[in-house]
Amino acid sequence: MAYLELEGIAKQFGAQTVVDDFSLAVGKGEFISFLGPSGCGKTTTLQMIAGFLDPTRGAIRLEGKDLTAIHPAKRGLGIVFQSYALFPHMTAAENVAFGLEMRNVPRGERTERVRAALAMVGLAGYEDRHPRRMSGGQQQRVALARALVIKPSVLLLDEPLSNLDAKLREEMQIELRQIQRTIGTTTILVTHDQNEAMSLSDRIVVMSQGRIEQIGTPQETYEKPASAFVSQFLGKTNDFAATIDRTSAPARLIAGSWSAPAPAGLSGAVTVSIRPERIGFGDAGLTAKIVTRIFQGNHWLFQCDSECGPATVIRQNDGERQPAEGETVRLAWRPEDMSVRGEAAA
Amino acid sequence: MSTAAEERGVRAPWALTAPALMLFVGVLLIPLAMTVMLSFHDWGQYKGIEPVFILKNWYEIVTDPYYAEMFWRTFRIALLTTLLTAVLGAPEAYILNRMSGRWKSVFLLVVLGPLLISVVARTLGWALLFGGNNGLVNKLLMSAGVIRAPIPFMFTETGMVVALAHVMMPFMVLSVWAALQRLDPQIENAALSLGAGPVTIIRRIIMPQIMPGVLSGAIIVFSLSASAFATPAIIGGRRLKVAATLAYDEFLNTLNWPLGAAVATLLLAALVLIVVGSNALIERRYAEVFR
Repeated sequence: MAYLELEGIAKQFGAQTVVDDFSLAVGKGEFISFLGPSGCGKTTTLQMIAGFLDPTRGAIRLEGKDLTAIHPAKRGLGIVFQSYALFPHMTAAENVAFGLEMRNVPRGERTERVRAALAMVGLAGYEDRHPRRMSGGQQQRVALARALVIKPSVLLLDEPLSNLDAKLREEMQIELRQIQRTIGTTTILVTHDQNEAMSLSDRIVVMSQGRIEQIGTPQETYEKPASAFVSQFLGKTNDFAATIDRTSAPARLIAGSWSAPAPAGLSGAVTVSIRPERIGFGDAGLTAKIVTRIFQGNHWLFQCDSECGPATVIRQNDGERQPAEGETVRLAWRPEDMSVRGEAAA
Repeated sequence: MSTAAEERGVRAPWALTAPALMLFVGVLLIPLAMTVMLSFHDWGQYKGIEPVFILKNWYEIVTDPYYAEMFWRTFRIALLTTLLTAVLGAPEAYILNRMSGRWKSVFLLVVLGPLLISVVARTLGWALLFGGNNGLVNKLLMSAGVIRAPIPFMFTETGMVVALAHVMMPFMVLSVWAALQRLDPQIENAALSLGAGPVTIIRRIIMPQIMPGVLSGAIIVFSLSASAFATPAIIGGRRLKVAATLAYDEFLNTLNWPLGAAVATLLLAALVLIVVGSNALIERRYAEVFR
């Protein structure tokens, strides 16, 4: 049975539907990311789990119990806010101890657990600092310790890393993953950063305009995007207009001068999408002219003008000679590297 | 950099601030210095002001218990007014801050209302409600049998505190409101998620953070109430004088300008001491938390 279950959740503000028909089953100890652009409803969904907002429709269950019937103060969830929302008039230790105080944990045990929580996030010795005297990364760690010290049933992270600089963000990602693996708390992360979602989560929920576009492992969502939105939101991609010709046997999938045996099911106008790193230069395939060639250390980035529109190609810098700008090349890829959708390219 | 340019760099700020500085010196510092000097001059019923240096006025203020009573009353009224505005104004600001857009602007106007009405109209309004047997509220309560005798309001310290608190309220509300605006909008949710109830949230999380706002509002209200003139003059009249009305009477009724100047100077000095002192205390207390 699922540990945390969201069933047909919807949230409306007046006439505006912010989240619609959101269903998800989270296993115990799983790390889930809600990924999408701002305004896609991911934070609203998180706030409904936290209890700061009530869903208009649908049910949220934790271990089979109806969570929406429980007051937010009694849900026992750990939350890390985007702004950290630390209590500025309390020291780091007092911040972390607050949740334990509210649970009437005896003083001796409280001190011990606060010390352990701060040590876990690498802030041993910072007990008496006030938040204003700490760096953004340190504040972030205090917020994490404060959320984890109460041993929450679910840890909710609302864009916790978006206020950190790139290098610190990467460090915190690794650390967050390690801490989560060690203590095994079921975690839901809200983010708009696809790299963050991919490097941290077991499964990603890609959202757009209040609806779920796809639920899958990072690899699945990247390699088998369920919609044009997913393929474009998760990394760079090439969408080519193609047609499936079933008049001759065997049926062929044709994109410009590239063709392959047609997959079963679809026919007529379709869209094929291929990741830039899966396209190679060959003797046959889509005819294209290289417009720009950019050297990026470990790889080359090519912008091409192909017969099916602009195309991006990434090639490993493996020492081979690469085509120059202005050169005409043929683009080819393996049929298993592309995904075909029965919709005309936009 | 050449010396000439360097010199210009030094002079430029002075040149730019000169107009404002001259106004400041001309209309504030010089009259102030003249008032201080005036307080050391002599005065007689028939000889008028004599420009000599004596301590007569100061000696009179220090030794005559009449003046001590007057100053104690002034600061007692100012302190009670400050407490009243803090106790009512802080919750008012909190509620105002939580209101939605349209209601917020309506009630902000209500809060600012007293400042928009002339002090005379406002204070006489209080007199119409509570003034003796003919006050509207007194009449109503007496005819309903709630009270036998009219609630004393005019010529009482209570009346002065209420009327002053009424007009000082906006300063407290705005000051606390500014502190509330600096609060992290998620801070209440953070406390909520950790298991805190509404009372605990206000007492442990909100109150300590808006305290600097309450205190700075208190400084404004206290100094304005202690030096207030019009409201005490209308409510207290000649029967219940405070430092400001006392100085006024000395200047314009007794025509003893030097004594009035001494009262005014003492009031100013006491206020500056209290305000600067409490401000320093507050800054030291909250230095660690709010930089």
